[in-house]
Amino acid sequence: MREGFGKLWNGGGARNLRWAVLPILFLVAWEIAAILIDNPFILPRIESVASVLATPFASILGTGSLVHNASVSLQRVLVGFLVGAALAIPLGIAMGRWEFVEELVNPLVQIFRPVPPLAWVPLALAWFRIGLGSMVFIIALGAFFPVLLNTLDGVRSVKRTWIEAAMTLGARERQLLVRVILPGALPTIWTGLRVAFGIAWMCVVAAEMMPGTSSGLGYLILYSYNFSQVQVIVAGMIVIGLIGLGIDFCLRQVESRWFRWRELER
Amino acid sequence: MKLVVEGVSKEYVGNNGEPVVALKGISLEVPEGEFVCILGPSGCGKTTLLRIIAGLERPTEGRVLVDGEEVDGPTPRLGMIFQDYSLFPWRRVIDNISFGLELAGVEKADRAATAREYLDLVGLGGFASAYPYELSGGMRQRVAVARALATNPAVVLMDEPFGALDAQTRNAMQREILEIWEKTRKTVLFVTHSVDEAVFLADRIVVLTARPGRIREVATFSEPRPRNRTSDGCAALRRYVLGLIDEGQGGA
Repeated sequence: MREGFGKLWNGGGARNLRWAVLPILFLVAWEIAAILIDNPFILPRIESVASVLATPFASILGTGSLVHNASVSLQRVLVGFLVGAALAIPLGIAMGRWEFVEELVNPLVQIFRPVPPLAWVPLALAWFRIGLGSMVFIIALGAFFPVLLNTLDGVRSVKRTWIEAAMTLGARERQLLVRVILPGALPTIWTGLRVAFGIAWMCVVAAEMMPGTSSGLGYLILYSYNFSQVQVIVAGMIVIGLIGLGIDFCLRQVESRWFRWRELER
Repeated sequence: MKLVVEGVSKEYVGNNGEPVVALKGISLEVPEGEFVCILGPSGCGKTTLLRIIAGLERPTEGRVLVDGEEVDGPTPRLGMIFQDYSLFPWRRVIDNISFGLELAGVEKADRAATAREYLDLVGLGGFASAYPYELSGGMRQRVAVARALATNPAVVLMDEPFGALDAQTRNAMQREILEIWEKTRKTVLFVTHSVDEAVFLADRIVVLTARPGRIREVATFSEPRPRNRTSDGCAALRRYVLGLIDEGQGGA
């Protein structure tokens, strides 16, 4: 019996489908639980969630469609993410290249890094008012630290021989930064960007739950909660998960294509 | 294109806070087109001397002149080939070679042509678009040689460039570097701890003593190339140089 199972588990065709086993079990368990509980306000049936997902362009409770809200969230996260990365990368390079910058900046970084971005919500609202400004602030803050620390790591991982070789070939400081240190650190910076995007994506959903928001996936979820539309909440969560997964996949693709040298370099 | 080293000394503060004298009063003149090996036991400061000549480190005393001009920092007039692999792994071979030309603002078409020329010179014509990680150690060092030559330096400095290679590849690379040197007639300063290597390559061998590194003796070797490693001349010089090194270490 155990042998038979082993054969099935390791067999040629089954091998490619193994990843699907647990998700399918999960869906089955969900459906069984939903039937047993028999209360759509606690756990909706899969079909009701699926029917929300099947009509991504239909307006939901007058707040716009899933696609509309997803694109609003994506725009916000992109702006916040880019602002955070655009500040963190140059600062990280400066900290990695010049010791005095690191000595100067590091204490502040250490103090602010453990503060969750969402703890800034009240201040963000006070400074930037309700709207895009405060959300971008929160998201940028979430993206900033992982990019900064990875950039710093990346710059430190740049081999001294690369820098010295470039110097003997006539590189001045600016050329060193642009043509040696930045490309040498880029694979590590990219890892930071991937981590940062994950955090930024969490931040946007949370930021959209701030008072005064009127669109975005986070808002949609909270709004649906007020109307007890649990199937919309779950559908929204699935969309959030899928978008996060999709973007991470894209970033990984770039990594494996452009930065292969990091693994292959001995 | 004359290289002059004038009374160079290097002192630094060691781990225990005591000053360490790495080099003491090194003076050397290298005329254009000569192949000079700097030979010494490990820790004698020969790499430090080369780095000072390259402008990567400042001497505590003395100075280095290229054509009467003092070296005060790295310059493309002094090409350097490092012991560990120094190629930029994110650049293709051809783009590694044209790096220095790029920095100097040479037109794209011109630098591609020059890079190709040097790629062919080191015998890697077929590997233009390969990445460094696709190459063996010997091939990587050949690319490094091509990269250093592409900016047309007055002097080429080599810091144990074949130290990480196996014996066979090492011998092949030595023959090849001589061929390249005969074609380009660059002044070469070649640091090594291998007496064999120095005897096979050099017009003159600068023998350094152990710390603090001083010039023990400069041995001239006029045996015509290509040299036979087992010839009487080579054997005699090898014995002589080994004797100098042993004395310099105060041993045997």
